[in-house]
Amino acid sequence: MIGLKTATAPTVYANGKKPSLLLSGLRKAFGDLVAVDGLDLEVARGECFGLLGPNGAGKTTTIEVCEGLTPPDSGTVELLGLDWRTGAAELRQRIGVQLQETQLPDKLTVIEALRLFRSFYNHGIPVDESIRTAQLEDKRNARIVTLSGGQKQRLAMACALVGDPELLFLDEPTTGLDPQARRHVWDLVDALKQAGRTIILTTHYMEEAERLCDRVAVMDHGHIIALGTTPQLIALVGAEHIVEFAVTERETREVKVAPLLAIPGVQSHRVDAGLHQLSVTELHTSVPLIFTALDSQGLNLSEFRTHSATLEDVFVNLTGRTLRDE
Amino acid sequence: MSRFETSSLLQLTAMRFRLFFRESEAIFWTFVFPILLALGLGMAFRNRPADILQVGATTMQLTQALAADPGLAASTMDEAAGTHALATGEIFLLAIQRPGGIDYKYDDTNPDARTARMVADHAIQKAAGRQDAVRTDSQLVHEAGARYIDFLVPGLLGMNLIGSAMWSLGFAIVDARQKKLLKRMVASPMPRWQYLASFLISRLGLLVIEVGVFLGFARLAFGVPFRGSLWQLGFLCVLASLTFSALGLLTSTRAKTTEAINGLMNLVMLPMWILSGIFFSATRFPASIQPLVRALPLTAAIDALRGNMLQGMNLGQLAMPIAILLTWLVVTFAVSLRIFRWR
Repeated sequence: MIGLKTATAPTVYANGKKPSLLLSGLRKAFGDLVAVDGLDLEVARGECFGLLGPNGAGKTTTIEVCEGLTPPDSGTVELLGLDWRTGAAELRQRIGVQLQETQLPDKLTVIEALRLFRSFYNHGIPVDESIRTAQLEDKRNARIVTLSGGQKQRLAMACALVGDPELLFLDEPTTGLDPQARRHVWDLVDALKQAGRTIILTTHYMEEAERLCDRVAVMDHGHIIALGTTPQLIALVGAEHIVEFAVTERETREVKVAPLLAIPGVQSHRVDAGLHQLSVTELHTSVPLIFTALDSQGLNLSEFRTHSATLEDVFVNLTGRTLRDE
Repeated sequence: MSRFETSSLLQLTAMRFRLFFRESEAIFWTFVFPILLALGLGMAFRNRPADILQVGATTMQLTQALAADPGLAASTMDEAAGTHALATGEIFLLAIQRPGGIDYKYDDTNPDARTARMVADHAIQKAAGRQDAVRTDSQLVHEAGARYIDFLVPGLLGMNLIGSAMWSLGFAIVDARQKKLLKRMVASPMPRWQYLASFLISRLGLLVIEVGVFLGFARLAFGVPFRGSLWQLGFLCVLASLTFSALGLLTSTRAKTTEAINGLMNLVMLPMWILSGIFFSATRFPASIQPLVRALPLTAAIDALRGNMLQGMNLGQLAMPIAILLTWLVVTFAVSLRIFRWR
């Protein structure tokens, strides 16, 4: 495991507070399928933490174990210094939850749904404030059936907010939303971060994790395969830039890889369905040499582009697969 | 914030009422359909003045003899035309003059035709001079309480109680489970008992309207009698509705999709619709299956409702069906809570 500080004993923070979330040795199987396989994790107060991985990586199982909805087979879960066996009633009051695919009743209005959820909490924020935060003022008295996907998702987040939670779980908050609605949800998460809440979210969009999260855990097959801040994770790729190219002769001829790897600044090479990827530290010196190397092999380029390394590249580097493969 | 806004039980119950009254189909099936059914069946089986039976005869003399009886309407026709009229149901009986006497042609499996045979024979014999051996008189009874509609209304009430209770609980719960709303609710600090209690409270609230509208209609349109105490009738309706609600809850404990709950509901209710004596007395079933028929909650509910409304029985006299309903209520509710799946 790369970059992971294992948490066998609770870290004692300078202010004496325990972390918001502490998982150790978490394991959960459904029949033969091991969804979460020995997970250790620590999330500090006020942190926005992301679980990134493809579908089926175990993100939702992990977050539902944390939310007290799924009992783990083994391992311990500690939230806000409490655990689900002894502190369930208090924890329910202090956390907020947005599940992946909840459909609120179509025929309730926005305000009715929020009043309902608000009534479950002893303390919380006024319903009107939650409507303002979620920017649903225009839809206050509209039935839920009339809301767009993005508005429904913001309502789901408002339902998670009305109890003024210290710790907020968001499971794939933007899955299925168009880019504009996604950006709208991101703004909302930003606002919640500013308010000092601890947020734990899952996503399979790397740009979402990069944009929102202070730290990210990359999950695959029930394991955390990398953990750290986005720059730390990108550093794992070994280079800041990615060069991608394809050649017109891809059907008929092999690209010789050794001359490419010999170029100074080229760190690694991989090929996927005819698309070659090189990780490169210095673009301006390496790119001309890459052109020369391909030219000397008598190859013609059909595609060529470069981009800064992203979490997507981290995932590809670690697993050999892309996030979207699954 | 007001008490209404802070009480989760009130908010949950308000949600149930809102969702019900915003669902026009639910309103139709709960309030309108039972009335339409009672209206249709009441008209089909209403007690008409004793029917005038159509008969035919082959001679004018016979026709006159038959027409002398107020229960018969006779017309003259030849044998071929009469046979045709018999076959098409225009007449129930054809009286044919033979050299040695009279032949009656009729279908002896049709009760009206058999009646026509007796009345016609009486009329012809009387015209021929037969004297009655004993003098008889008739006293006619058309009293409320002995008619089919009186028997039917408590049966339909029972059917309505089981239908509305099972659908409003079972379907709504499985729908919430399928939409992951149930899971979302238990992820909040909502007390779980309040979620189930909100169903029962809203059910009892709707029950008042539902039973009131239906029985009020039966009273006004058909003059159906209420011979027992009204508050005891109310108690029986509440008990039956709670029992059926528990049955709906039990049906919904595990089902994951609304398709599955549809099938399960029909599986539970259909045998009772047939066996529990909604449209005809459950005592008509063979003695061998009577213990099963008696043990069904809908049979007990309808028996108790008929006992109260038609026979004026008090709760003590209805102890048996009440005990059966209570047993079902306690057992199904306890089992449901044990095996209920919140996600």
